[in-house]
Amino acid sequence: MMIRAVKGLTRRLPIIIPFFWLFVFFLTPFFIVLQISFAEFEYGQPPYVPNFRKVEGLSDFFTQLQMMTLYSYEILLSDNLYWKAFLSSLRIAAVATFFALLIGYPLAYGMARAPRSIQPILLMAIILPFWTSYLIRIYAWKAILQKNGFLNNVLIKLSVITEPLTLLSTPFAVYLGIIYTYLPFMVLPVYSSLEKIDPSYTEAARDLGASGFTTFWRVIVPLSLPGVIAGCFLVFIPAMGEWVIPDLLGGSGTLMIGKQLATELFNNNDWPVAAAVAVCMIVVLIVPIVVFQRVQERDQLRRQQEG
Amino acid sequence: MSRFSPFNAVALTFGFAFLYMPIMLLVIYSFNENDLVTVWTGFSFKWYGEMFANRGFRDAAWVTIRVALISSTVATLLGMMAAVTLVRARVFFGRTLFTGMVYTPLVMPEVITGISLLLFFVNFNIDRGMETLIIAHITFTMAFATVVISSRLIDFDMSLEEAAMDLGCGRFEAFLRVTLPNIAPAVAAAWFLSLALSLDDVVVSQFVNGPGSTTLPIKVLSSVRLGVSPEINALSATLIGLVTSAVIIATIIQKTRTVREG
Repeated sequence: MMIRAVKGLTRRLPIIIPFFWLFVFFLTPFFIVLQISFAEFEYGQPPYVPNFRKVEGLSDFFTQLQMMTLYSYEILLSDNLYWKAFLSSLRIAAVATFFALLIGYPLAYGMARAPRSIQPILLMAIILPFWTSYLIRIYAWKAILQKNGFLNNVLIKLSVITEPLTLLSTPFAVYLGIIYTYLPFMVLPVYSSLEKIDPSYTEAARDLGASGFTTFWRVIVPLSLPGVIAGCFLVFIPAMGEWVIPDLLGGSGTLMIGKQLATELFNNNDWPVAAAVAVCMIVVLIVPIVVFQRVQERDQLRRQQEG
Repeated sequence: MSRFSPFNAVALTFGFAFLYMPIMLLVIYSFNENDLVTVWTGFSFKWYGEMFANRGFRDAAWVTIRVALISSTVATLLGMMAAVTLVRARVFFGRTLFTGMVYTPLVMPEVITGISLLLFFVNFNIDRGMETLIIAHITFTMAFATVVISSRLIDFDMSLEEAAMDLGCGRFEAFLRVTLPNIAPAVAAAWFLSLALSLDDVVVSQFVNGPGSTTLPIKVLSSVRLGVSPEINALSATLIGLVTSAVIIATIIQKTRTVREG
């Protein structure tokens, strides 16, 4: 009996170990964030009144409940700053996703149409910037966009402008940074769905008299839609929470919620408000994240059934 | 998909120029001897010398490498277990929760992962340092390792492992001697990916690092905030060079292997 139980347990270790790890270090921290978002701010280390200890009896439970405060959420609601930061993050992420698609789709399309022999090289060239540091790639734009940077120097040499333009610390720089950083995330899923399309479909459309554009619009675009959707999620969700890009390329005028969270935490040392911002971000992002996850899961099941 | 048109060529040229121009400029100007980064005055290795002499960079690099080696190895092992579970055990209690926990870190904005781990560590009085950095890196890179390994595992024919077990292999032995050699390229790829993600991470690290566990990206971030400097250019170019050669070597190794195999 005992031996069987032990055997059953060892057989389940591949489930238990990662499950346990994720439960402790991924799921539990979210509940801690939720709990601290209801805590009161206090000067000290840590900068909040601890509101979590062992519950001793029913009356103690109510005392603990009373210690919870909605104060941080009241701040979020009453101060326009947070609303604006949320809306501006949504807008920046949406616009950047659109432009990433606008640049990424033709690129992926070109890759899928390139000769088979060079496709792996092109694929590697898309992935390579993703392996080189994220920070370095954003930093590179700083040198290009600054007042005496490359772009201004080139434009002045070409006599397009006489005075250097202010490009750094603008919303434009933030958009550019996000599009540049997340472009590979758009190209890869789009390419992989385009590459799977059987050439006989386009031939069939052409045989039936469709023009090049009609074939593209009515056959290729619908078939590549799963890749487009995955790419949009992969760009939009992380862009929404960006902190480093607006921090390095944006000015004080560029509001983004991820940056606001970091400011509350590192500069203002107001952990309950930072936690409340994180909770609101999760609430906003949970829908796209769950949708993305469903799509992934269904895709995997389909592949399993095919294979 | 066939027929390569001029439009495709333009899209490819424009797209790749956009991706590579900033990196190229950075590498070229790291050899500039001028203090002003964007004004070219002459070729020099001066800033590479300064970079290697910088003790702060050396210490931070050492921390980064240790954290990355440990966390990527653990993350790959955990990812392999998670992948086996997800691909094989179709139905089990808590499957939805498990899948959710595996895939969510892929898209979760890093600031959220960062703040939740920070508050978790503070709440349980765990001092921040190398250990917390390693735990955080394992947690977010594990998801990527799982995806890479499970995509290979799906294509693996389970009956091979069953055959091994029919011939008297234990469950674990069958996995080790039949399945593992088959999914080895994916496991290696998962390890490399976790390593790269860990070496590169700045956001999560910024939240969970402690005194004495400053990683290179954290150090770079704090100096980049102050502006563009030639020393950071040299450092960036060095890292780009290392990564590029590693990826090219890995690709060549994989190529020769596939050629030999078949």
